Amino acid sequence: MEALLRLLSQPRVQQDLLVQMGRHLTLAGSAVLLAILVAVPLGVFLTRAPRFAQPVMTVVGLLQTLPSVALLAFMIPVLGIGWQPSLAALLLYALLPILRNTYTGITGVDQALLEAGRGMGMTPRQLLWQVELPMAFRVIMSGIRVSTVLIIGWTTLAAFVGGGGLGEVILTGFAMVSPAHILAGGVPVTLLALLADWGLGRLERRLTPRGLRV
Amino acid sequence: MVIFDNVSKVYPGGQKAVDSLSLTINPGEFVCFIGPSGCGKTTTMKMINRLHEPTSGTLTVDGKDIMAMDPVELRRSIGYVIQQVGLFPHMTIAQNVELVPKLLGWPAEKCRQRVDELLPLVGLDSAQYRDRFPRELSGGQQQRIGVIRALAAEPDLILMDEPFGALDPITREALQDELKKLQAKLKKTIIFVTHDMDEALKLADRIVVMKAGRAHQVATPEELLRHPKDEWVAQFIGRDRLTDRPELLTVQEVMIRKVVTVDPDHGLAEAVATMRQRRVNSLLVTDPDDRLLGLITASEIDLARKGRVADVMRTEVATLTPDESAQVAFERILLEHLDFLPVVEADRKVVGLITRTSLADALSRAIWKDGGVA
Repeated sequence: MEALLRLLSQPRVQQDLLVQMGRHLTLAGSAVLLAILVAVPLGVFLTRAPRFAQPVMTVVGLLQTLPSVALLAFMIPVLGIGWQPSLAALLLYALLPILRNTYTGITGVDQALLEAGRGMGMTPRQLLWQVELPMAFRVIMSGIRVSTVLIIGWTTLAAFVGGGGLGEVILTGFAMVSPAHILAGGVPVTLLALLADWGLGRLERRLTPRGLRV
Repeated sequence: MVIFDNVSKVYPGGQKAVDSLSLTINPGEFVCFIGPSGCGKTTTMKMINRLHEPTSGTLTVDGKDIMAMDPVELRRSIGYVIQQVGLFPHMTIAQNVELVPKLLGWPAEKCRQRVDELLPLVGLDSAQYRDRFPRELSGGQQQRIGVIRALAAEPDLILMDEPFGALDPITREALQDELKKLQAKLKKTIIFVTHDMDEALKLADRIVVMKAGRAHQVATPEELLRHPKDEWVAQFIGRDRLTDRPELLTVQEVMIRKVVTVDPDHGLAEAVATMRQRRVNSLLVTDPDDRLLGLITASEIDLARKGRVADVMRTEVATLTPDESAQVAFERILLEHLDFLPVVEADRKVVGLITRTSLADALSRAIWKDGGVA
């Protein structure tokens, strides 16, 4: 503990921590954003083409089970080292919860509502934007929350392939056998994850259509 | 005007949901489709707005073949109400009601006015309800919104798919009454699917009884009750309903069986005593075998003062037979200002009496559906 405080009192370390935290967030944030951009439309597509749903989910689910360090290592021959392989690997990990929740959220919309909408003359596009997505919003959003928390944790591993982030601080701790470094890197990761979950929860509440809030 | 011309719907797999249906629904008509589940009534209705598409035959709405129309445009021109209410929970009442007008590109101001105009139509205050969400309303209120949502874009034709099926009986009755009034006022063509015969009899101008994809019988509620096409339809309507209707009851079902009679050889004083004792103002005169000989009233006794019943009695007496329609009997009592009519068999044997009280009994039986006539 004393060692940790001593470490944190050094301006150079403080600055380094801030920089790595910034990188960490950028990396995790970009991975989640990209995952949303891929998974939500893909999820919507799968609800329109249900026969692809099972195979695609299985593949994405398999990706999730690969050991993360291994996945990162596989990326190196393709994307080299640095932030690129990290982002790619994290993106793949972030996909599943969002994809699965988008799919189940939309397929879970009451059939009677869809029929009412169709019967009143809504086009498939209008149904999607005005009925299905708003109704599935909370489920999709909780998928995004799960992904975010997961990815903030896993971004730590980016340091192994030179992707930067708080993992660097932890790796330094390993190298120097310095528990203080490990804590200085590890605790912020946890805090960031908790903070992100809380913030997204607030955002979800704010954006949930008023008629659906409980 | 909706015309089904030899329309069939065959599902993939060969199941025939609707089989060569030909039917014309006139403007302003309230038509109920009724039948057991799987009879094709819902499929028939959903073909009109192309939620299901006919496999063969032509279906025209206002002279236009629906298969030649853009389905989205067609649906926007037809009101649609479903059983599960189908209000969008994430939209306010106003947003729900103005949905189709918005799809049609009405200006916002006109949409707003339309909502304010429609809510009072079903007894809901616009200022109070327009910005609420569906879950803040009771089931009955929600379906009222469902109904006015279908009216919003002023369609001439409205399709209703068991709209009141999920409501409790009291709310259902209230909404049926409101719908009937609304229909009388707005003169829309309404096509209404139900499995509730009471509902169909109450609402419809014409009832289409469907069986195995065919229009088994098409008739007004009156005709249907009087002349069910066959035993199956009669069963489906329900025996109770057939006898609960005053116009379908017979005299012997409603007559009073305890009749006060007097022997023709009795003296007038004795007849008066019987009248006093039984609290009636007239007596039927019968022979020992209960055959009707005549009628004697208090005022006639009063004029004659003395003698035998046989000397004073009227022998011209209007009578009924047990098999006559009760409705005819009641009409005669009311039109001819009679207090009662004796019921006699072919051999003039008195079996009963129809009075104004029996009329009241029969009416109450039709209304409250219990037995209870002596």
